[in-house]
Amino acid sequence: MTGKGGTGKTTVAVALAISLATRGRKVLLCEVEGRQGIARLFDVPPLPYEEREIGVGHGGGQVYALAIDAEAALMEYLAMYYKLGRAGKALDKFGVIDFATTIAPGVRDVLLTGKVYEAGRRRDKDGGYSYDAIVVDAPPTGRISRFLNVNNEVAGLAKVGPIRKQADAVTTMMQGRRTAVHLVTVLEEMPVQETLDAIADLRSADLGVGNVIVNQVRQSPLTPPAQDAIGSGRLDAAAISASLAKTSIGASAELGVGLLEEGAAHAVRQELQTDQRKVLAGVDTQVIELAYVSEGIDMSALYDLALSLREQGLQ
Amino acid sequence: MTGQARTTPGAGPAWVRGGTGGGAGKASLDVDALLTDPDTQIIVCCGSGGVGKTTTAAALALRAAEQGRTVCVLTIDPARRLAQSMGLTELDNVPRPVAEAGAEGGGGSLDAMMLDMKRTFDEVVEAHASPEKAKQILSNPFYVALSSSFAGTQEYMAMEKLGQLYDEAGAGSARAGKRWDLIVVDTPPSRSALDFLDAPERLSSLLDGRFIKLLLAPARGPARFLSAGFAIVTNALNKVLGAQVLSDVQTFVAAFDTLFGGFRQRADATFALLQAEGTAFLVVAAPDPDAMREAAYFVERLTHEDMPLAGLVVNRVTDLPAAMLDASEAESAARTLDSGAETDQQVAGLLRVHAERMLVRAREQKLKRSFSAAHPAVATVSVPALAGDVHDLEGLRQIGALLTA
Repeated sequence: MTGKGGTGKTTVAVALAISLATRGRKVLLCEVEGRQGIARLFDVPPLPYEEREIGVGHGGGQVYALAIDAEAALMEYLAMYYKLGRAGKALDKFGVIDFATTIAPGVRDVLLTGKVYEAGRRRDKDGGYSYDAIVVDAPPTGRISRFLNVNNEVAGLAKVGPIRKQADAVTTMMQGRRTAVHLVTVLEEMPVQETLDAIADLRSADLGVGNVIVNQVRQSPLTPPAQDAIGSGRLDAAAISASLAKTSIGASAELGVGLLEEGAAHAVRQELQTDQRKVLAGVDTQVIELAYVSEGIDMSALYDLALSLREQGLQ
Repeated sequence: MTGQARTTPGAGPAWVRGGTGGGAGKASLDVDALLTDPDTQIIVCCGSGGVGKTTTAAALALRAAEQGRTVCVLTIDPARRLAQSMGLTELDNVPRPVAEAGAEGGGGSLDAMMLDMKRTFDEVVEAHASPEKAKQILSNPFYVALSSSFAGTQEYMAMEKLGQLYDEAGAGSARAGKRWDLIVVDTPPSRSALDFLDAPERLSSLLDGRFIKLLLAPARGPARFLSAGFAIVTNALNKVLGAQVLSDVQTFVAAFDTLFGGFRQRADATFALLQAEGTAFLVVAAPDPDAMREAAYFVERLTHEDMPLAGLVVNRVTDLPAAMLDASEAESAARTLDSGAETDQQVAGLLRVHAERMLVRAREQKLKRSFSAAHPAVATVSVPALAGDVHDLEGLRQIGALLTA
């Protein structure tokens, strides 16, 4: 799940995980940017580098969450694949871990995607996959292609050897049919443009584009005829005042002027939304809309959004 | 740098109005006072992604230019149309004059540039290494990856470029005047809020670290200096990376060795520049819970690092509606009118537009109040939301006016 900053990609990622769990799936929800946004939405203490159950779907599924930390992932990786017990500690002492996770090109992203890869192919004792689905609250649209494609770049650096093997395996998973990148946007010019740019970037990197999810869509209280009436001046302050007279507010031409002004500003914003919706209609992938939640996002809002995603076929 | 204290004891800076000390009233930020103060030499706009940082930086720069200052604005990743409006169509990594910007006879001017991260890095290498060595570094695969994709490179290069622009700004003779007397910087939308602050220091501490010495060891000869620990680490690295990658890294580090001194010096200088009196940090936010939380984090980090924080800009705020009527009253009147004639129903719609706006505004005000309660000393300015996106100089002027209203 990617999206421009401020579009609510974490919220949508969580809603998708809940939606999948509601259908009985066991889902791992990963965070890779250390923001602890998932913990905040579920209202639980900050997530450690450890998969823990944080929610149960109505259909018997579960949501596990994990905040992937690059340093911990590196130590785990070294221990798991290279059995570097003492040497792992020595690497840490010599600043190698710090170097690798902060300065070395792309290593951070390799570790983060590598952990997703590991969780995705992990199997239980009975031979089945540990998780039915993994939802990643990924970096924003501006960085997403580079993030998912980082292993390809690493493969360019390491021509042979274990790193190359690992990088190729992760790339194969990211480019495979089982990976889809969903893009969250809002109906504003810049986020929509970034979404289109990201789709082009993802496709040129052979990464699968999933759905475009338009978040925070506001239903206008004004019907199109009402907007016309305001725009054309047929609905004027006097008419509004006459209607107000029938309510507890009472007649007020002054209020009529104020309400008209607000209505006109509202109509302009609606029109801009409509324009952006038209731009998105040109995208050859399914566009899903999620309604704006005016009361703020809480657990019940997340379940509503999850239901909405499912009803629109995102599963 | 002037090196003079910008505040007199007991008084706040010139651009803070009211609210200092007691925390009773909210301190408001006088942006024009900040922009026109000749001691303000650098303004850094920081904040999380999607809050309008780039637009704010551009609007501040344009307004300062139109008030007579010679300004250079460094943007990181502007939206295409905004970039075009400032004439930023070429990515040549040098500031270009923005046509039509500048005071009418006020002597101000505006130059703008967009950061080219790789090019900036290449230039640093070229400036500090001999031609042969530079060539060796620039073609090293490890360097190519580092300069184009390392997650912190953009932050580091943004600060590097700021340092360069600052040096360039002062390059003119005292009589001829400086090339720029104000530099406005946009910052990259980092995943961790203040990577751009950390990058230079992190780099210099790593360059002093044992790991670099370890990597340099083979290039420096005798293995007798290698302790048992070194051997373990080298073996581990060989096992994990493979000999080819390790040798690429070692070649790179060896070639870079001579540059390290210069890098460290520059990193330290940039950090000092950010802390200096002539610098002002503006934290940019939007009135939603996530952005305000990030803003609080920025403010705390900047304070902790002794960075000169000028204040908080809250963008896209819902301003006071034209009609004075509270939300619940509007909603209940709307319900009365729902069953009425067509006009009544349309008025019900208008009342609901109003009610929604009042609710949104109330939530935003609450967020701003909580922020001020936790950070009473931080001067704040709110910028009302415009209906559309800004993509021309006129729009930037409008934002500039709203910033200073």
